[in-house]
Order: sequence, then C-alpha cells, then structure tokens
Amino acid sequence: MKEKIDRLKERALAAIADTHIVKALNELKVSFLGKNGEITGLLKGMKDVPPEEKPAIGKLVNGLRAEIEEAIANRERLLKEKETAARLESEAIDVTLPGKAVARGGLHPVELVKNQLIEAFLPFGFDVYEGPEVELDYYNFKQLNIPDDHPARDMQDTFYITDSILLRTQTSAGQIRWMEKEKPPIRILSPGRVYRSDYDATHSPMFHQMEGLVVDKGITLCDLKGVLEEVCKKVFDPGVKTRLRPSYFPFTEPSVEIDVSCSECGGKGCSLCKGTGWIEILGAGMVNRVVLENCGIDPDVYTGFAFGVGLERIAMLKYGIPDIRYLFDNDIRFLKQF
Amino acid sequence: MKLPLSWLAEYVDVTGVSVAELESGLFYCGLEVEEIIHTAEKINKIVFCKILTVAKHPNADKLSVCTVDAGQYGILQIVTAATNVFEGAIVPVAVDGATLNNGETIKKGKLRGEVSMGMFCSGEELGINDTWYDGASVNGILIFREEYPLGEEVKKHLELEDYIFDISVTANRPDCQSIIGLAREIAAVLKRPFKMPSLEYAAEGGKTSDKVKVTVSAPDLCPRYTANYVADIKIGPSPLWLRRRLFRMGLNSINNIVDITNYVLLEIGQPMHAFDYRYLRGAEINVRRAKEGEKITTLDTKEFTLGPSNLVISDREGPVALAGIMGGLNSEIKLDTTEIVFEAAEFKRDNVRKTSRTLGQRSDSSAIFEKGTDAYSAETGMKRALSLVCQLGAGKIYAGMTDVNSEDMSPKTLEFTADQINGLLGITVPSSEMTAILQSLGFAVNESKGNFKVIVPPYREDVAGFPDIAEEVIREYGYDHINCTLFEHSANKGGGLTPSQNLDAAIKAHLVACGYYQTITYSFVSDKFFEPYGLDPASAVKLKNPLGEDFSLMRTSLVPSLVNVVLKNINKNNNDGKFFESSVIYIPKALPLDELPEERKTICLAAYGEGEDFFTVKGVIDEMFACVRCTGEVRYTPADVAYLHPGRSAFIDIDGKRVGYLGELNPVLGEKLGIDRRVYVAELDFVTIESFVNEKISFRPIAKYPSVERDLALLADAAITNAQITDCIKSSGVKNMESVRLFDVYNGEHLPKGKKSMAYRIRFTAHDRTLSVTDVEKYVEKILKELGDKLGITIR
Repeated sequence: MKEKIDRLKERALAAIADTHIVKALNELKVSFLGKNGEITGLLKGMKDVPPEEKPAIGKLVNGLRAEIEEAIANRERLLKEKETAARLESEAIDVTLPGKAVARGGLHPVELVKNQLIEAFLPFGFDVYEGPEVELDYYNFKQLNIPDDHPARDMQDTFYITDSILLRTQTSAGQIRWMEKEKPPIRILSPGRVYRSDYDATHSPMFHQMEGLVVDKGITLCDLKGVLEEVCKKVFDPGVKTRLRPSYFPFTEPSVEIDVSCSECGGKGCSLCKGTGWIEILGAGMVNRVVLENCGIDPDVYTGFAFGVGLERIAMLKYGIPDIRYLFDNDIRFLKQF
Repeated sequence: MKLPLSWLAEYVDVTGVSVAELESGLFYCGLEVEEIIHTAEKINKIVFCKILTVAKHPNADKLSVCTVDAGQYGILQIVTAATNVFEGAIVPVAVDGATLNNGETIKKGKLRGEVSMGMFCSGEELGINDTWYDGASVNGILIFREEYPLGEEVKKHLELEDYIFDISVTANRPDCQSIIGLAREIAAVLKRPFKMPSLEYAAEGGKTSDKVKVTVSAPDLCPRYTANYVADIKIGPSPLWLRRRLFRMGLNSINNIVDITNYVLLEIGQPMHAFDYRYLRGAEINVRRAKEGEKITTLDTKEFTLGPSNLVISDREGPVALAGIMGGLNSEIKLDTTEIVFEAAEFKRDNVRKTSRTLGQRSDSSAIFEKGTDAYSAETGMKRALSLVCQLGAGKIYAGMTDVNSEDMSPKTLEFTADQINGLLGITVPSSEMTAILQSLGFAVNESKGNFKVIVPPYREDVAGFPDIAEEVIREYGYDHINCTLFEHSANKGGGLTPSQNLDAAIKAHLVACGYYQTITYSFVSDKFFEPYGLDPASAVKLKNPLGEDFSLMRTSLVPSLVNVVLKNINKNNNDGKFFESSVIYIPKALPLDELPEERKTICLAAYGEGEDFFTVKGVIDEMFACVRCTGEVRYTPADVAYLHPGRSAFIDIDGKRVGYLGELNPVLGEKLGIDRRVYVAELDFVTIESFVNEKISFRPIAKYPSVERDLALLADAAITNAQITDCIKSSGVKNMESVRLFDVYNGEHLPKGKKSMAYRIRFTAHDRTLSVTDVEKYVEKILKELGDKLGITIR
C-alpha cells in the first residue's frame, strides 16, 4: 500500500509539473482528487489494509492529498500568471490610432466675448438687462438727447418700421428703460442686437453691443477709467493699459474714446494697432445731465458713467478675425475654432 | 477736414513745432488726424533747365532730340515726344535718378538709338495744374513763364512741399470745419496766440439797401441772412497765394469772385454765394419755401422740381438758388459780370440735409450746413469776403450790409464752481489752471474762490453747461491725469444674473455639450424665407427702408435661417453639422404696428449628417428638459407643420402646453431649396420652458431592496404607438413599478401580417421588502391583461 502511495505521489507530481494549461490541470485535479479520482480509489483500498496499519496509511493518504492539492494550486497560480501575461501581450493596441469622436459643440465667438465681459463686470455689482430690439424712437433717440435733426436719425442710417418705431441702433436705448423703473444705485449691462444700415468688411447691418450704465452719488470719470481698466485686464491681458481721449456722444458729457494698449506688440506699434500701440475699443462718458433729467433722476444729486462696446469688434480683435462677415456666415469650420 | 500746415501757419506761429507734435496735440484735444499727406514728398531731382537746341530725331518722326543747360547737371541731351518745346524755353527736367510725384523713377537711356539723359516733365508729373501755376495744365511739357536758376530743384522754387492734416471732427464741433476753427484749437494746445484773418474793408459806394430788398419769409429755416451789394466788379484771375490755398484743399481756381466764396467757405467755414445782380429780377431777394412744382436749374445744369419742404432764394419771378446747396444757373457769375450780391446765411441743417438727400444734390456748402453753422459765422464770412474783395481790388463795396437776423445774439454766460468740475472728473484741477485753459479757448473768465462766471465764445454753441466746461478743461489739462478708482465715493451694491438669464446659459451649455454649435443669423430675412415654408410674409413686421429685399422682414421663425445655415454648409462640402440659435422672433400684435411687437425668445436646432435622425434630436431635447429641471410630463404627438415631413414630425407639449415641435424637414421643401439630404429641425419657446423649470432640488430615498426586471416581447397591431403601450402599462395600477422602457421594435419576418413586436423592460422596486417571484408574476399578469383588454396585445 505504501508503495502504491509513493508511486501515485511520484506520478501525480510529475504529471502536475508537466501540465501547461489550466484546463488540463483541472482535468488532473479531477483524476487525482475527484469523487472517482485516484486518491478516492486509494481510500477505497483501505478496507484491505490491516486495522493496525490503517491510522498510519490514512495519514499517508491524507498527506498525499494535501501535497497534490498544494502542487496543483501552485501550478495553477503559475499557469494563470503566464496565461494573463500572454493575454495582456496579445491584447496590445496601437495607442496612436485616432480616439473615438465625442460630439463637441461650441458657443459663437460673439457669445464668448459677451460672457467674458459679463463675467468681468459682475463682481462690481452689475445687473444684466436686455431691452427690446424693436424700439420706440423715444427710447432710441429722444430720451438720449439725440435731437430731431441729428443725422443719426436719417433713413440711411436707421431702419424704420413706422415713423416712431425702429430697430434700435444702440443698446443705449436699454439704459433709459432701466432708469425709468429703477432708482440709483444703478449698475447695469445691457447686451444685445443692434441694427444700422451699413454693410462692408467691418460693418454688418446687424451687430451686437453691450451697454454699461452706472448712476449713483459721487461717480466720477476716474471710476469709469478704473472699472473699465479692470475689465480690460480680465478680457484682454493682465498687463493691459487704458487711455482716454476726447470724443462726442449726445448722451454723455464729457465723452471719451477708450483705447487699450495693443496686446499684440505691447504698445510698440504693429500692424494690428496700425503702428500706434493703441487700439480703440469703446466709447464712453459721463451721463449727460439731460439724460438723467429725462429719466427723473436729479443730476445735481447723482452722476453716472455709461459706455457702449461693439462685441463683434472685440471678437475680431481678440481672435484676429479679418472680416465681420465670417461672424454671420456660420460655416462650421469657422464655428469649430472657438 | 483738411488743414494745410502752410495755411495754418498764417494764424498760429508753428515755428519749432514738428508735424508729429502737432498731430499728437490735435489727437489729445479730440481732433484725430486720420492721415498726413506730405505733398511733393517723392519729387526729387526735377530741376530747371533751358532748352538750347531742338532737332528732329534721326530715327523717329514723332520724337525730338534737345540739348539743355541744366546748371550743375551740365549740358544734357534729352529725347522728348512733346511738341510744345522750343529753343530758349525754361522747362522742368527729371535728370538721371529723379523721382516723379507719383513715385516713378527716371533713368538715363536710349530712345530709338539716341541717348536721353533724363525726361522733360509736365505739370501733372509735378502734381500740379493751372491753379498752382499758369500753364501747368497744358497737354505737353510745362513751360515756365519766368527765369529760374538752372539746375535747382523745381519743388523748392514752386513751393510744392507741404503737410496736409486730414482731421476727423466730431459732430459737436461744426466750428472746427474751417481753417480758423482748427487754428484756434491748435493755438490753445500750443499755448500760442491765434491771429484772426482781416475782416476790414472800405465801403465806398452807396448803400446795399438801395440796391436790393431782402425778405426772409421762412425765418424758421433761415434764422440769419446777410447780403451785400458790390459794384464795378472786375472778373479776372485770383492772385497766386489764394489760388494755391484752394489747390491744397482740392479746389480749382475759377475766377476772383467765385474763388473768394470758396476761400471763405474753407477759411471761415461759412458757405457764400454770389449772384449776378443783372439777373436778380426786381432787385429782390426772398428766402422762402418753394411752391409746389416750382422748378430750378442749378449751376451744374441739373433741373429739379421743388415743393414746400425745399427752401429757395427767390427773386421777384422765381428761384435763383437752392438755399444752402447750390446757386441757380440763371444768376451765375459770368465773365462780363459787373455787379454782384454776396449772400452769407445760416440755413437750418436739418432742412438742408433733407433737401440735399431727397433731391440727390450735394455741394461743399450743403456739407457744411448739414453739420451746422452758428449765428455769427454769416456775418464773419460776409466781412471776410468783402475784405478779400478790397484786398484783391475786385470791386466797389457798398455800405450797410443787409442783415435779417432772428437769432438771439446775446452772449452766453455760464456759472459753475471748480468743485462741480472736479466732482465730475474725480481729480483736482486747480482753479488757476481752469482759468488759463478756458481763456486759451476764447472764454472770458471771471473767477473768485473757485466760483466761475464765464462768457462762452460765440462759435461754441456746443458749450451749454458745466459738464461741457469739464470736457474743455480735461482735454486741455490732459486725460492722462485721470486716475483709476473703483467707486470710491459711492455705495456698494449686489448684482448678478437673473434665473431667466441663468436658464438661457444652461440651455446653451447643454446644447454645446450635445455637440451643437451656436450660430448667429440676421433677424431680418427675405420674402423667400417665408413662402416655401408656408409662412405668411404679411404677418411679419416689415422695414420701411431695408438694405435690400433680402433683409426686409423681421422673422417669425428661426427655422428658415437655420436651414439656410445647413444649406450653406452643405454647399461648402461640410458633411455634417449640428447648429442652434437662441434669439427672438418678432410677433406683431397688430399690423401696421401701433405698439412694439412681442419679441419671443426661441431656441432652434438643426442637424444633418451621418448618425443624425429624428430620435437623436429628440434625445437632445429630452435631455435638455431634464438638464434645466423642467418638471411636468413631456409628450410628443404627430404634428402637421407644413415644412416638416408629415410622418416624421411631432409637437412637443409639457403638461398639455405646447413648447414647440421637431421633425425632419419636408423632403419636398428640401428639394426646392436644393438640399439633397435629410435635415432635422426643432423650434422651442423659451418662456414656456421657463414656466416649467423648478430649480428646487429635493432628495429622493434610494431603494434598500433589490429591483427586479422583466422583459416582455409584445405583439401589437402596427398602428399602435409606443406612447399607447407605455401609457397602458403605467396606468395598469400595478404597484412598485419603477420604470418602463422600450428596448426593441421588430417589424420583420415571422410575424403575423399587420403586427409588430415591441419589447419592454419593466423594473419593479419596493422600498419596504424584497419582491418575491410571485409578486412579480402577479404584476406581469395584470399588465398583460390590461394590454390585452385595451389594445388587443398579446405576448409573443
């Protein structure tokens, strides 16, 4: 019997060591350790073993079982490691193949500029108000101190619907509507579409402006410069400088143009800034007393500033777009760039 | 407005001031220089020479070979095609290496075998004509009328070099539309005195009022009209200095009287007119509105039919000038004119502009009047013109200028304090500085302890209150003194976006996340955008003066615009595209408009290309509702929208309220538009979506017990919809049903005729126990019974 056990042990261990796939190992496991396996067969042979030898032989058989189990387990671990390594190797991919496309959309560059400006102004306590695009002459011109005989009212500059209803030519119309319903302190931005009868590489009959209006006690030209310089730093470049120079708008006095230092050349002069080192970005000024009075705000108590910025112009400057018409062509190859 | 440096120097001493300094000074005081033209800059080595001999070219009939004495350049042989050259003539010659006015370089060379050491020049090649130098307009070589030092530069002796500033003047400064206006500003910037041109003249004849009777019947359109009679007119050429000033400004000399009127327009900014007295019928002038149908032929021989909105200068018989725009041909100055009446008037800018626009007739005068002239310049202009007549000896001036004036001529005074100015600026400009600045700008200033009383110069109609004074002060004091402050003296306030503005941003962000690109298209569209879509152009707001028919109607739907974007992209071989636009449509309450139309914010989607179908767009919309927290039940029902595919379009409702629709563009329409593939569009109303948004988030407990799923393959009549089946399952009254989801539709073989197979996965969850197999079987049994009873559906 002992001899049988030894032979089995020898044979089993050799067979295990000679097995190279997990499936075959499982078969071995069944043939040695299974219900009808050889170990079971040995145990069946125990009935022929003299009773006094039974404990010793039993121990030997159990020892053999443990030994085979362990050998199989070790072999199995080894084979699995090998198989895993082989599988991983066979699964290698070309990591330079193109990625699977995920649909990516985008906002229009004019919207991006609008959002950037709004984000830059909001920390100063601004609200956002969008007035109507089809507007009364009263809000677009009269209340803004633009007299009846002002050239801007001409049919060739303004789109009219009736004698008193028109497409607003400026978002400034919105500031009047806001001042009529809100009392100071007022800080608003009024973005939106505006319309003028003009069409070439830098003019579109429809474009976007953003109006800003601040009215409170003690507002000065220095506040105008301070706020706009902060905003320009966020929208253009942290190192940007601003410059004021005289201009004229009927609804502000004094009126200024605001230039920013050219971000392309840093002020040295280049083709973008036409060699001046400065780029004109918006018109602004201290709110005309007549406008405040028109809206029922006492100009002896309150002062304010207002500005209007063309969003297309900023987008064209920021992104180097040479012709305004690209912005309204909506070619997907253009839209995908932003 | 053009400003030649040479003319400016007459009124302000500019010695020692560079062109760049002048440009910068003008810029900072609000007069932006758009261009500086350096005249004759390029001309080089064009020198005087005397022609010694002229001989026929041996090999060319049309050429001559000349020898010339060119001073320091020696005796040169020049070949020319000109026929007006002769021995002894002094002419300009461009020697080897010379440059003409247009930048062209001249080199010595051979012409048909004969050496030419340079080229004779015409007036044009020197950039001049007869106005600059008599004989310069001749078709041929410029022949000088005087002796000049041979070999010296022509441009030096003919004073061809100058700098002309082209200045952009803002609308509030019509006074700067003149040489003296700009000179006054520059004098203030340079802190040097301004010298006014002479207004002196000697009146030696009789009285103007004896010669001509002036009536102004329309003082509302002509607040001031001055006239002066001048006798013994000797029409002739103007002196060179005057002609050259006109030339620098782009005008040609006509004769002394016409030149004087043009000169005063440029110098003083006052348009002038001169009538030939012979043709003023009745020796009368009446400034009146034209009669209906009245006709005038202007100096340029154009005839116009007028009406009461046009202002005319009339004699006893009829119009002799279109007020402020152009004189009539009938009273034009002629070579034999001997008596004239000068006119200098103030015509209202609005009327001049409207007449000019409606008649399509413009002139330098109308350009000035359209910008506005002040009440004083009529008188100044008249005096200056008479002074020039005197200076030129062109006629005998009658005394007593006729002046019909309804303007308030009392000086305008303003009172303000230094604190008011500084309060607006935010800095402290010393009172003494303010005084100096205002005085330099022509204000009479009386200041005591910061209290100012000033008299505004008559030509400064734009200065009406202390903010205008603040502007005058800061533009001269310097905008670089303005600091950056952040609301130092005012209260803090909150701010931020409204829920509606946040919703707008969230919808856009969602669409971008779904691969859609935002577009911006014009709000006004063509008729062509309505009819193929079955939209009614008559229901849209129409512009009175569109840029063209393609931009004439305010759109009532965004769909045609977006489909047009798709079409344009297809035409550019862009094979797929997903677009959206978020903007308003314009819905009139009544037409013609008597109140503003409703501007309804709308979101429009359009998609085409591989993988796109009705359901991809539907998925984006469903997810949008979820993403912005739209509460309420969303339902899709078959739609009948003319421009959508009748079998592939749906209305979208939330809780029974119409939000919009989506569908495939009707292929019939697509074909008409030239679109060869399927396009999916949707249009949604922003306000309706907004009304279902509930931003409140409440936590829902997550089930502790496992869920059970059952798949049911159902056999249904082909006409039965998913919505019917889902509704039936959901309303079967079965408890613990968490969700019902269609996962397969089969229309293929092995099905009874007229039937389809629909496979649903139903998920059951209980929050208080683990569901048993028996529970679920009971549920399924009940669901199947309902489906069978109500829709005749069986399990497959």
